[in-house]
Amino acid sequence: MAVIPKKHEMPTQAPAVRIHNFDEVALGYTYETAVAEAQRCLNCKNKPCIAGCPVNIQIPDFISRLKTGDVEGAYQVISLSTSLPAVCGRVCPQETQCESQCTLGIKFEPVGIGRLERFAADWHNEHRPEAPVRPASNGHKVAVIGSGPSGLSCAGDLAKKGYQVTVYEALHTVGGVLVYGIPEFRLPKSIVAKEVETLKALGVDMVTNVVIGKTLTVDELFDMGFEAVFIGSGAGLPNFLGIPGESLKGVYSANEFLTRSNLMKAYRENPDTPIMKGGKVAVVGGGNVAMDAARTAIRLGAEKVCIVYRRSMEELPARREEVEHAAEEGIDFQLLCDPIEILGFTNPEDPRDPHNGFVSGMRCIRMELGEPDEKGRRRPIPVEDSDFVLEVDTVVISIGTSPNPLIKNTTSGLEVNTRGGIIVNEDGLTSHEGVYAGGDAVTGAATVISAMGAGKKAANAIDEYLSAK
Amino acid sequence: MYQIVYKKHLNSAVTQMEIEAPLVARKAKPGQFIILRVDEEGERIPLTIAGANAEKGTVKIIFQVVGGTTEKLNHKEEGQYIQDFAGPLGMPTHLDGLKKVCIVGGGVGCAIALPVAEELHRLGAEVTSIIGFRSKDLVILEDAFAACSDKLIRMTDDGSWGRHGNVTIPLKEILENGNTFDRIITIGPLIMMKFVVETARPFDVPVTVSMNPIMIDGTGMCGGCRLTLHRDGERITKFACVDGPDFNGYEVDFDEAVSRGRMYTDFERHAYDKSCNLFKKA
Repeated sequence: MAVIPKKHEMPTQAPAVRIHNFDEVALGYTYETAVAEAQRCLNCKNKPCIAGCPVNIQIPDFISRLKTGDVEGAYQVISLSTSLPAVCGRVCPQETQCESQCTLGIKFEPVGIGRLERFAADWHNEHRPEAPVRPASNGHKVAVIGSGPSGLSCAGDLAKKGYQVTVYEALHTVGGVLVYGIPEFRLPKSIVAKEVETLKALGVDMVTNVVIGKTLTVDELFDMGFEAVFIGSGAGLPNFLGIPGESLKGVYSANEFLTRSNLMKAYRENPDTPIMKGGKVAVVGGGNVAMDAARTAIRLGAEKVCIVYRRSMEELPARREEVEHAAEEGIDFQLLCDPIEILGFTNPEDPRDPHNGFVSGMRCIRMELGEPDEKGRRRPIPVEDSDFVLEVDTVVISIGTSPNPLIKNTTSGLEVNTRGGIIVNEDGLTSHEGVYAGGDAVTGAATVISAMGAGKKAANAIDEYLSAK
Repeated sequence: MYQIVYKKHLNSAVTQMEIEAPLVARKAKPGQFIILRVDEEGERIPLTIAGANAEKGTVKIIFQVVGGTTEKLNHKEEGQYIQDFAGPLGMPTHLDGLKKVCIVGGGVGCAIALPVAEELHRLGAEVTSIIGFRSKDLVILEDAFAACSDKLIRMTDDGSWGRHGNVTIPLKEILENGNTFDRIITIGPLIMMKFVVETARPFDVPVTVSMNPIMIDGTGMCGGCRLTLHRDGERITKFACVDGPDFNGYEVDFDEAVSRGRMYTDFERHAYDKSCNLFKKA
């Protein structure tokens, strides 16, 4: 049988339509497309895709079930390795993980593994709504701090092994970055809510509005009878550029901009939480978060949105699909471009002019790529006398975060590195007995799936630790 | 959900509530704040803790109706519930080793200054309190301040109660008369705190100010509450939610804080009108 050289296309909302709504962009495969795509898998002997998956999903196994139309069987295989299949299928950077290893991908496009994973999860959620069976309790209590991808993944794996798990969330809604950060059009909140319901059915307790490090400390959790603690507190304070004008009105961190829109639902009509809508928006940075912010801005009604990134398209770290979607939606990529000053409006005649102190533009300088830096990425160098002013009235800074200090400052004997990330060994164990950590709190800003991988690994380590106790 | 166990109007615009939140009550210290949401669609707002009772498991908040959310909160009655209540957040006011302190409170800021004054009094410090209001009908907590202050100076902008004028007048007199303090702690409108700092500057008395910028998460994630400190000729970005809310008054860039505080003025006016209309219809 002849090989189909390309992945089956993912149906999407048309760009001209979707820029006016917050509904999901990618619509998902039909059953027929999913089975046809599954049949592209060569079922090769060495299964390199599995090693490319941070949670080691048995990919050829689930795909071979899809080939025969056993969608529920495929889902069951996936859910052995991940607690959040519908989430992974949507937000993983498959092109640098499983799909980058695919044997078919050597000559042709790799199998659309992520799309198939999403299909299986969505099919299960639609057709098999019954809750999973709660496993018998083993009597051990574990606390998980943070309900983002690492925390949920750790909690899910432990619950399946019979642990009594309590997840503490600082915000008012469970889901962490999946609800405050990733927008509805990329990951519908109903999907996250469904995955959370599944975990609750497995017996996981979710407690919101508890800020560990403030409301309770890690040491107190042990006093309360928890025998192990997993810290998955996630990204911390946003980094800023350190250029003049970053405190002007209209300058947001990506965390703030996205939290206002996603968690606080500022994108709706008449929200209680305000956000600047419309106008001309510049998003500084080139990661997935920057793409999310830019695409949110356009949906909020911006006239013009640009991504300002100091390297070239080749180095742009965002997931390829997001970059393509952003470009289709009319987002302008100002590449090899670095902001040097944000300009503010001042009315010299009237110090009480309400427009005073709002952003009026951003001065940038053109860059060129020099020698590779220590990470192997070519270092951007400013081009002399190339500065120019971008006309903007909103600037979103999306250049990463630094770990949150609350837990470090209140936990005895918890060691952190120079950047504030919690130090862990290969099992996710910290310098404090019984305390494990993973996700952005350890690594700094990274991906959902790497956080899930860390949560999973820690769950296994906690299981070993408590079983031996 | 968190129950309102007590509610009292302190004046026409300021309301006191006690909220049942045992975990918060157990930890709350003067100077810290909470974040609340009134209902499922509500925004998150920070309010500084005005007192806590660990045994009863209640936290006292005192707020002025300034926008849509505080208007909605003000319509909640004793026995009803608010959606979310998280804390205590921020660093407690640093009080160790202070023997002689001047508390300068303005308007509803006095509600936050009071627990600091009370704690200092309890620790045996000599407390001078200067409390200022726009007019007599807006005065709150006079008796409570009298009970914990060695000296209490009352001021109103219009002279309808206490002395006529703003809080910096008596402060300047005290300092000029050769009195000094280990520290001045001031809580109130930004512009008042700025002038308290300017008044104290020639006398070289340390001044702590309590900043209350716009916040969302309040836990060190969004960065919306950032403010600029000027230290040794450098600009330093700090986050009120985790680094504050107390800062060295001599370092704070007040003009920037005032400007940032006005980012959503238009929106807030509409939100307030919207809330008011809602209650008129009801």
